[in-house]
Amino acid sequence: MARAVTSRRKTINTALAWGVGLIIFFPILWTILTSFKTEGDAITYPPKFLFFDWTLENYSIVQDRSDYMRYLWNSVIIAGGSTLLGIIIAVPAAWSMAFVPSKRTKDILMWMLSTKMLPAVGVLYPIYLMFIKLGLLDTRIGLVIVLMLINLPIIVWMLYTYFKEIPGEILEAARMDGASLKEEILYVLTPMAIPGIASTILLNVILAWNEAFWTLNLTAAKAGPLTAFIASYSSPEGLFYAKLSAASTMAIAPILILGWFSQKQLVRGLTFGAVK
Amino acid sequence: MYLRNALRAATALSLLTAGGAFAETITIATVNNGDMIRMQGLSEDFTAKTGHTVEWVTLEENVLRQRVTTDITTKGGQFDIMTIGMYETPIWGKNGWLVPLDDLSADYDVDDLLPAMRSGLSYDGTLYAAPFYGESSMIMYRTDLMEKAGLEMPEAPTWEFIREAAAAMTDRANDINGICLRGKAGWGEGGAFITVTGNSFGARWFDEDWNAQFDQPEWAEALNFFVGMMNESGPAGYATNGFNENLSLFQQGKCGMWIDATVAASFVTNPNDSTVADKVGFALAPNHEGVEKRANWLWAWALAIPAGSQKTDAAKQFIEWATSKSYIELVASKEGWANVPPGARISLYENPNYKDIPFAKMTLDSINAADPTNPTVKPVPYVGIQFVAIPEFAGIATDVSQEFSAAYAGQQTVEEALEKAQAITTDAMEAAGY
Repeated sequence: MARAVTSRRKTINTALAWGVGLIIFFPILWTILTSFKTEGDAITYPPKFLFFDWTLENYSIVQDRSDYMRYLWNSVIIAGGSTLLGIIIAVPAAWSMAFVPSKRTKDILMWMLSTKMLPAVGVLYPIYLMFIKLGLLDTRIGLVIVLMLINLPIIVWMLYTYFKEIPGEILEAARMDGASLKEEILYVLTPMAIPGIASTILLNVILAWNEAFWTLNLTAAKAGPLTAFIASYSSPEGLFYAKLSAASTMAIAPILILGWFSQKQLVRGLTFGAVK
Repeated sequence: MYLRNALRAATALSLLTAGGAFAETITIATVNNGDMIRMQGLSEDFTAKTGHTVEWVTLEENVLRQRVTTDITTKGGQFDIMTIGMYETPIWGKNGWLVPLDDLSADYDVDDLLPAMRSGLSYDGTLYAAPFYGESSMIMYRTDLMEKAGLEMPEAPTWEFIREAAAAMTDRANDINGICLRGKAGWGEGGAFITVTGNSFGARWFDEDWNAQFDQPEWAEALNFFVGMMNESGPAGYATNGFNENLSLFQQGKCGMWIDATVAASFVTNPNDSTVADKVGFALAPNHEGVEKRANWLWAWALAIPAGSQKTDAAKQFIEWATSKSYIELVASKEGWANVPPGARISLYENPNYKDIPFAKMTLDSINAADPTNPTVKPVPYVGIQFVAIPEFAGIATDVSQEFSAAYAGQQTVEEALEKAQAITTDAMEAAGY
């Protein structure tokens, strides 16, 4: 009897989880479906769900009008580069805060996080002027630096949380065995924190990939990533929903695939702090 | 022989060097409208003629405005040409942010530009942006539904007739709304429409001393009329409908009438997209009985050169190419006369090929009926019909239109919305030092 209840509860939970999952995924599914419709079908009311004339025309038009590969390559470099640079800077910072905390460590962590509370547009002009002076406007390296700085507080916070989970005694033991600071971080701490570092990397790649304020405001014709690619299909006068949906699908496809393959690490990373 | 070859080589080399120095790559920031996309596709013709190549940055309208404003105020020099409208051009021209277009070639024939467009894109008599296409607003209506209702659309109807016709055409059982109008918040969306509606009831944004006028009876009359008519005959949720939403409704045969940009005429009469393409008639935007001003606006998407550009010569060449008579002919030869950029040149409306286009005459009449210096009945201290050409306007009008949209959605009364609009505008204008 007890077993039947458990099984029923399990079924309900599963159905509930699928239901919530589908609701969350629905906007993406709808975008994907719309991308295969004609512009006429895309705006029909009541909307057509599956029974419409499927077409690849929008993808072909989008590909003809825009150089998708250039935008994709820019996205890969900007998201990958900013995350890598951020990790290189954040690992030693998080190590020192986790294992050699000072009186002010908590304050520094809060101060770092407080930079995320400032609306980005508030510093647009100073950063834009700096970029003009440094010749960084519309360059990938400029965006790598800016996105790295923007995401650095999150990277440090995440890594700090993971490092705190690692017993300090293990590092002490390594030190007693004669490991230098560099060896301690590289050969003892990092391998133990790899799941945490991996999920931090994944989350930051996603954040950088989707960033649409700086990537639109600091680029023109050369360094624009996929966010600029999507923005170019929005129109104030004219219906281009199907083409916009095709552009959006092409832009999210790589990150969707990456997310699909790494979902275990991602979930572990996001729930790491909550289960301790 | 040797000498001749050497001479040939030298000539070729000098030509190549000259060509290299001359040919430039210009960057153009633009919006994703149909005419602009067509221009991108045809820009190879410009490259073939001049040797200059073009790079495009296409952005959503509001993002574009923010992006180019940042670049122009910091002299970032990222763009050589930008697509801007009638609102920005005189303000930016006054600030010295744009390169004056006062030395265009004789072939360009600047006197052929429609006077309303030319004056709206000038500051102090100097042209700062060349009109790529211009628009006003007009009534688009379903001829079959009008006939079914037993009514006949006059060429210049009143709001009172429109309300009566909308009620007669409404057929809720068959999902047909008598009238579709913009209610969406935003200064360029619902804000623009209610401003021209206000003009046609004799309302104005400011008096001659820049005092907000939302506490005046004309505004109450205009807004109450609009809300009353839309509640009777408008689509559900019209408070969130803008140009694209109404276009979609009209194309699907769900609107009896739609008053909006003249550029929409080519969309609703295109049989590939519209289910009612052969049943559309046109008329001038309406006025309130006894008021001579009509609810039609004036707008141009224009090409301008920011002061920070290092390639002004090549940029001017592009502007001359894209806004020339020959460009119109180029589009006509490739895509037909119905698809040429409208509303910019006098000669287009004198062209016998274009006169056959069903909406050509009404577009021109609507543009000619718009007077940016006298937008409403009483005198005003500003220029602009659906906007007020001061830098503070975009922010104020966005806030005011949000209050109006809340009234359309039934979240507050018209009186409350007007009270708030008065307070918002007064505070903002005082803070700006008016």
